[in-house]
Amino acid sequence: MGKRTVVPFGPQHPVLPEPIHLDLVLEDEMVVEAIPRIGYIHRGLEKLVEKKDFLQYTYVAERICGICSFMHGMGYCMTIESIMNVEIPERAKFLRTIWAELSRMHSHMLWLGLLADAFGFESLFMQSWKIREQILDIFEETTGGRVIFSVCDIGGVRKDISTETLTKIVGILNNIEKELKQISEVFLNDASVKSRTKGVGVLTKEQAYDLGAAGPMARASGVEIDMRCQGYAAYGKLDFKPIIEKAGDSYARTSVRIREIFQSIDLIRQCVNLIPEGEIKVKVTGNPSGEYFTRLEQPRGEVVYYAKANGSKFLDRLRVRTPTFANVPALLETLKGCALADVPILVLTIDPCISCTER
Amino acid sequence: MSVLSMTKTLFKNLFHGPYTVLYPIKEKEKFDRTRGKIEISIDDCIFCSMCQRRCPTGAITVEKAKATWSIEPFSCIQCGYCTEVCPKKCLHMNNQYTAPSNEKTRNEFVKCMNTQSPSE
Repeated sequence: MGKRTVVPFGPQHPVLPEPIHLDLVLEDEMVVEAIPRIGYIHRGLEKLVEKKDFLQYTYVAERICGICSFMHGMGYCMTIESIMNVEIPERAKFLRTIWAELSRMHSHMLWLGLLADAFGFESLFMQSWKIREQILDIFEETTGGRVIFSVCDIGGVRKDISTETLTKIVGILNNIEKELKQISEVFLNDASVKSRTKGVGVLTKEQAYDLGAAGPMARASGVEIDMRCQGYAAYGKLDFKPIIEKAGDSYARTSVRIREIFQSIDLIRQCVNLIPEGEIKVKVTGNPSGEYFTRLEQPRGEVVYYAKANGSKFLDRLRVRTPTFANVPALLETLKGCALADVPILVLTIDPCISCTER
Repeated sequence: MSVLSMTKTLFKNLFHGPYTVLYPIKEKEKFDRTRGKIEISIDDCIFCSMCQRRCPTGAITVEKAKATWSIEPFSCIQCGYCTEVCPKKCLHMNNQYTAPSNEKTRNEFVKCMNTQSPSE
């Protein structure tokens, strides 16, 4: 047994977009144990429900995370709608699904870029983000914002997408699909990329299940779990199956995410074909009273929204269980026994979103 | 397994112009829906204070006695909630962003109250 040393990793590190700290216990170059520490960007957003009324909080909920902002807004709105027994119009459900899937695409592409950056493939990083830019433009055209959309509201959505714009979006997606096929070849087949991801950080199906991994992390280990299968929003009317890989290594996690981007393109095409005409919002009156749990699938995995309302304008309690928080134990398991040089890749393959985790 | 998988993309990029815009010289076109800043048609305002009450960040101040409506553009988060609740629809979203500034300012608008009747 070699001498043990502790190497601090983060909170400031070139591969980390957001601050998380890991104390890596090393034996020579191998990681024996990793001790995580979070709490660098806690903003107290859950506590803010006492200050902002439940309608204003829609805009706060979106700001929990910059990448899955739409799905946070959607999760919050779905929870309050369920408490108030509001049934939103069909068109609003489809619009929500379209924006949610576009968010998933841009989140996964952002992640692909970060991964490429982590193993030092700068041009691949730029290519991924170049493709992602087209989706941000779609967001700006349809919602008015590139990161924070402010379109999801309690009772439906605030902006409609015209048929011409929907057709245009499908055209852009066809183009994205072509470009993405080219760069996905690099991620999945290039020798140098494969040498960094294949067989690195294996998480078995049993481990993923026991440690409560969520989203692509669990699906890459063969656990068939996808909250979209519950059929919330318009997912019940769409034809899709969760994407599963068996290997459980970094390569499998990359592959799951790349295949999910193509799946999202397909889901948006289905939505555009099926979207009905009609209202986009119903008027909501009164204050919520009661409590509810909502589970939905974000790009990083399952998010749980819990709200307790007391009949006044202000909620009693709001709780958000985010996917990164669920994936941290799985990350620590994959880190055991890996080389120090592989740590950045492994930290990235859970797609960490620390803003979500700490709120 | 390939080692030249990126070659096609690289050659394409070699003969393609830049994908980015040379910013100060050329600006990217804004979309109609782009949420830039809030503007008011002050003559239509009835000073009901609905926007002030609903604003999530408290950026808007309405004073009925002085007939003024003011906004702190650097506190505004461009959510557009005020434009939605305004009963007279005198607030609207402009698609140009607020210009950068060294200090936080407050933009005040005063309604011209013409109390004279036309015959006088």
